[in-house]
Amino acid sequence: MMESRSAHAPWSSLQLGRGDARFHPELSSLTHQHISFLPHFLFCAELQPIRVRDEPNQEVVIAGQVVFPRMRKTRSIMSKRKAKDVHLPTGESITQVQSMLRERLCNQRLPDKPEGTEAQHKHLLELLRRTAIHGESNSVLIVGPRGAGKTMLLKCVLRDLLEDKEAQKSLLQVHLNGLLQTDDRIALKEITRQLHLENVVGDKVFGSFAENLAFLLEALKKGDRSSSRPVLFILDEFDLFAHHKNQTLLYNLLDVSQSAQAPIAVVGITCRLDVLELLEKRVKSRFSHRQIHLLSSLTFAQYLQRVQSQLSLPQDFPDVKFAQDWNDSIKTLCEDKSAEGALRRHFNSSKDFRSLHILLMLCLSRVTVAKPVIKPADLLEASRLCFVDAKANMLHGLSILELCLIIAMKHLNDVYEGEPFNLQMVHNEFKKFLQRKSNSMYNFEQPVIMKAFEHLQQLELIRPVDGSAAKTQKEYQLMRLMLDHSQIMEALQKYPLCPTDVKQWAMSAFG
Amino acid sequence: MKYFTRLRVRRVYKWRGDPLAFNRKLKTCDYGSLAISVEGLPRTTVIVVGQHILIEGEDEDDPYVAKVTRLFGDDSGKQKKAVVQWFARVSEVPASKLKLLGREPHPQEIFYYQGRVCEDEVNAESILRPVKVKHLDGAAPFPDSDDKDTLFVKMSWDSKIFRVAPAAEPAPAFSPPPRSKPSLPPSPPCSPPAATPATPASRRVSRRTLSTPEPAEVRCSWGSMSTGKVRSLEAESHHSATKLSASKCLSATRRKASARTPGVRKKLQLCSPEKSSPEDAMDQLLDQELESEMMLVQRLSSSPPQALHLTPHRMGHTAPASPLSHRLTPLRKAQGGRDAEDAIPIKRSSVVLQQLSETDSPPPAPREDSTSPQQGFVMEAELLTSSIKTPRRRTATPRRNCGTRGQKAATPSRRKEAKAARETALAVLVEVDNENSPMLPAATTPRSSKRKSALLVSSRIRKQLHLLNSDQLLNSDGEDEDEDVFVPSKALQSSSEEEEEEEEELDSDQEVGAKKSRRTVGSRTPRSKGKRGTSARTPRKTPNKKITPSTPQTPRYATPIIPSRSLPARCPANVLEEARARLHVSSVPESLPCREQEFQDIYSFVESKIVDGTGGCMYISGVPGTGKTATVHEVMRCLQHAAEVDEIPPFHFIEINGMKMTDPHQAYVQILQKLTSQKATADHAAALLEKRFSNPAPRKESTVLLVDELDLLWTRKQNVMYNLFDWPTRRHARLVVLTIANTMDLPERIMINRVASRLGLTRMSFQPYSFKQLQQIITSRLNKVKAFEEDALQLISRKVAALSGDARRCLDICRRATEICEHSAPPTPPASGLVGMSHVMEALNEMFSSSYITAIKCASLQEQLFLRAVIAEFRRLGLEEATFQQVFVQHQALCRVEGLQPISVSEGLAVCQRLGACRLLLLEPSRLGVLQRVRLNVSQDDVLYALKAD
Repeated sequence: MMESRSAHAPWSSLQLGRGDARFHPELSSLTHQHISFLPHFLFCAELQPIRVRDEPNQEVVIAGQVVFPRMRKTRSIMSKRKAKDVHLPTGESITQVQSMLRERLCNQRLPDKPEGTEAQHKHLLELLRRTAIHGESNSVLIVGPRGAGKTMLLKCVLRDLLEDKEAQKSLLQVHLNGLLQTDDRIALKEITRQLHLENVVGDKVFGSFAENLAFLLEALKKGDRSSSRPVLFILDEFDLFAHHKNQTLLYNLLDVSQSAQAPIAVVGITCRLDVLELLEKRVKSRFSHRQIHLLSSLTFAQYLQRVQSQLSLPQDFPDVKFAQDWNDSIKTLCEDKSAEGALRRHFNSSKDFRSLHILLMLCLSRVTVAKPVIKPADLLEASRLCFVDAKANMLHGLSILELCLIIAMKHLNDVYEGEPFNLQMVHNEFKKFLQRKSNSMYNFEQPVIMKAFEHLQQLELIRPVDGSAAKTQKEYQLMRLMLDHSQIMEALQKYPLCPTDVKQWAMSAFG
Repeated sequence: MKYFTRLRVRRVYKWRGDPLAFNRKLKTCDYGSLAISVEGLPRTTVIVVGQHILIEGEDEDDPYVAKVTRLFGDDSGKQKKAVVQWFARVSEVPASKLKLLGREPHPQEIFYYQGRVCEDEVNAESILRPVKVKHLDGAAPFPDSDDKDTLFVKMSWDSKIFRVAPAAEPAPAFSPPPRSKPSLPPSPPCSPPAATPATPASRRVSRRTLSTPEPAEVRCSWGSMSTGKVRSLEAESHHSATKLSASKCLSATRRKASARTPGVRKKLQLCSPEKSSPEDAMDQLLDQELESEMMLVQRLSSSPPQALHLTPHRMGHTAPASPLSHRLTPLRKAQGGRDAEDAIPIKRSSVVLQQLSETDSPPPAPREDSTSPQQGFVMEAELLTSSIKTPRRRTATPRRNCGTRGQKAATPSRRKEAKAARETALAVLVEVDNENSPMLPAATTPRSSKRKSALLVSSRIRKQLHLLNSDQLLNSDGEDEDEDVFVPSKALQSSSEEEEEEEEELDSDQEVGAKKSRRTVGSRTPRSKGKRGTSARTPRKTPNKKITPSTPQTPRYATPIIPSRSLPARCPANVLEEARARLHVSSVPESLPCREQEFQDIYSFVESKIVDGTGGCMYISGVPGTGKTATVHEVMRCLQHAAEVDEIPPFHFIEINGMKMTDPHQAYVQILQKLTSQKATADHAAALLEKRFSNPAPRKESTVLLVDELDLLWTRKQNVMYNLFDWPTRRHARLVVLTIANTMDLPERIMINRVASRLGLTRMSFQPYSFKQLQQIITSRLNKVKAFEEDALQLISRKVAALSGDARRCLDICRRATEICEHSAPPTPPASGLVGMSHVMEALNEMFSSSYITAIKCASLQEQLFLRAVIAEFRRLGLEEATFQQVFVQHQALCRVEGLQPISVSEGLAVCQRLGACRLLLLEPSRLGVLQRVRLNVSQDDVLYALKAD
């Protein structure tokens, strides 16, 4: 592979004719076999060619990212085959599997029906339908831990609601996010924009904050229950809106929802269980106190079921035989002991589906033509990747000196029971270690050690104690180690070519 | 009829049947009939509405004759009152006027009395018995030998002129426009029945030489917040001269005000309306008006000085409240003077004047054009001015007062308008002087009875139209000033009466109609529209709450609206949906139960300030959801209604809300904009308002300002609050400020002394609702829609009352319960279809139960372990706080105990963060990594309970 790269000198990317199954002439020598040589490039692949702006007719695929052996078959052959309903070549099938499952796992497609949240779905749907059709004002909070499917629930409900022609015609939607609309002024502008109210008066709306507020309130006040179109306000990260000054926006929205003005429904989405305590009492009183909790009481069996259903191919997959094989392999995967163990570990750690999807995504990207199934080993590898300790990984990249400093800090922590230390102390500790060793292999100048120390600080492996940063000299600035002992030991085990004496020093009880 | 005297016979009065209607505001019940039984006799007499009756008077032989138009009493049943249409006996008509009849009156003849002077409300216990009255055609002869008890009506008498009596059987509505809603003086201290109201003053003076109506009567009024004092006439008479205690002063002025405007009756503790308002009331007004009058007069240099000179005096004397009618009076009088040559002296004012005009044929101050009316007029005026201090005038006063009162019923708006039209009126007068045209006086004669009856008919028609939702009609005929005065009030009154009836009947259709009419009336104020048309200079802003800020014409303020929906909103289909719609907090209730006392207090406070034209502050506190804002709005609705029917002077109502502005100083901007619909920056607006409230202006209406969420107007220097509370104390401000906030001790807590002091001590606190009140609120909202089981309602209200007493919460729970009921019902054909205990329990659980325990139960295993590790570490440390590192050690140990693979630090941090995101744990910022400190947000017991359960 390396030879081929050097042969075709400047390529960091493959240039492919768009829609054409041919390789770029220059790269035509790159064959299927070549590509299959690149298993670790295929890992984490993304099949979305990047189009270069200047050359609209060419798709550029960054080297090492997207290379799939689908290019051999032309479209005409494919359609012919499809008509006969004979099985596609493996490459083609895998492409389809990848795209289909990826869509599913990245939450780009909503599930057809709510799973495990039927009651909540019904409640919310009824509530919003009443707003849309009867013009009844409502307010509701959807509360659940991260990744529990709050937004998905709301999207499902909206999709179902908008199937109704009547609701579709009348309902106006305003989507706000506490992370984007960080204060009321921005939120008001956004509301005005999404309601297309700025057209009424041109740019006049975007005057002062006060005018804006008065404007919006006026607009909402003008409406009444029976004649105005209902407005649905969706406040994502609802708890952040509660931190706005005086909670003006929330007060006004909830006040409108409790008075005979334009019908509105306020739907808040939050993961904080104590969100109501954030509200001021007059705001709280205006909130209807409806909360929809999304707390999954999922068992492991259901979890496994979910894994299987997420990975299974639907009946209408073009290549029936492939789908059959795939589904069988998924079934065996779920029954496999080691895979089950990995999944259980995940389940124990977190029940939310988003983390599961990440795991499955990693598995999926290990599927290749050569290995058109997900093996338990893939799952284990993916699981390992998910659970890998970030800080320990960072330690692998440190120099021996920096590692020694870390070890010295660890000893200081042991001796002084977690009291903060400064560079001088660490240096002394390090010197003690050096004195015991006769060779001066690690004999460094003070500035070098200082530099290493600063590097550790930049990596946030150590951090200065609050308040001591101000006047003190660097050498005497108090620091704390931000690593656990287990992390240090783990890193030392895996550190490539770690000197044994350093290892021993780290293991010894006292420096 | 001579047998019935109060001393000898004791009669017992009882209502027959149940009340027909109940007026919530006035606490009066209407009845259909009244039974009178004489003690000792088995026979009972029944008085029904529409019947003619005899009413006890001073003269036992000749009791007054009247016809009952309405019977009502207070809800305690102690007081019984009747509204009557008076008839005048021959003996009650002055002998001089009898000549006008042109024939000998029949001894049994009575006259349909149409004078405006007379109080038409009498104590029911003054009713003696029914009497038979026959309406005869004008030409028909009197039937001869009937029994002595039958009386005959041929003509009507309006204290000036005889006319052919109106239709044989006048409908009850035909009686002089009920300009006052009858009311009950609280516990009338055994005033001589019928003595007060029964006699038209003119009759008395002329014939019976009676004293003025009961001047020295002491009445009590119900204790109210501001004026809960005994009222005495002393207070009144000393009023303007001496300093009285504030409350006395207030009550006195209020009394006067009520005398001036007999219609001010909506108020809750009512002063007796038949009070004669003596001099001081006049003098006060007179002083004010004289000044401006004189200035105007002097400006009109072209007019004959003599006449002009006299006008102001004249004006001061008769009705000070209605200068327009003044201006008319002299003219008419002059006319009368001329007519005196025809030996028909038509005088309606004082005896003095009458004598004068009768003897005015030799002009005392001859002038070239020798217009006798002018001379007479001059004479009158001179005489009056000279005798201004004489007792003679004093005798004349009450009568005149009475005479003018009728016109004053037309009241404040009229007065205003009259003022506005002052210059033109003067000009007219001058013109008359110069040209001496006899037509003009005729044209400006005050409303005669014929005119009035025509008006009444037309107003009734209009009322019909009005109910058919044509407010445009009203707007258009607002041009006519006369009609203007009467029509809306009539319509309003009738509609309000209808409302009362509808509280009884549950006819939804009608209700809708009534509501509609009420809304149109409330939001439009046709009168003011008309006014705007006539006098462009005083664009009286509609005082209604729904700020229809006359849709600014400038296109740059095009008002935004939410686009309207293409399909109409669906209406509730079944009982539960109906109930849900009614229980929504936003639905405007027909009434506000359980806040009557607060309503009364606020009402009387604001009303007294408006009537007096003074200012004041009030602080209203109470926890959220106790109906503070709703009550104030209800008060304002009532007051606006009262202002529309001219019971009280018109006023602005503006409302600001601390939460609905971005900055405390925006308050100025909003006030100014709502007051004058002009835009300004905060500083400029403050300056303009300052000017407006501190400078006198001739035609200034009172302003009622509602400041909701007061605490948000706090600034460091507190100048916004300072100004808000300082303006009402200015002499010319006429500003009433009602402030609302949640905390009772807000003035003490956040206000500096000079602000708190200006706010004053008029405080009111809304207590949280008790469970009974909550239950009543729900019941009244449901309004007989049967959707809840009794127990279920009680459970909800008890639960809410125990927790917060927040009515909003209560209604929300009810709504949720109906939903649960609806969704749980479908398989079983609902046994009762009602919301039962189980549904309510479910709703309560949903709303009140803490979700922490469920959340812990639903957490993943590692999360649960981590919580356990946290508790273990807390126990070890003896502190409620630990670093992640410490907890993590515990966690690893627990993992080993549980036989799980220990997790890495990163994973542990992730677990910790997830718990922190749910706020089961409180965490320091995550950048601290393993050093961040961890605290529990739930009690340890809860955690242990939740973890043990499974």
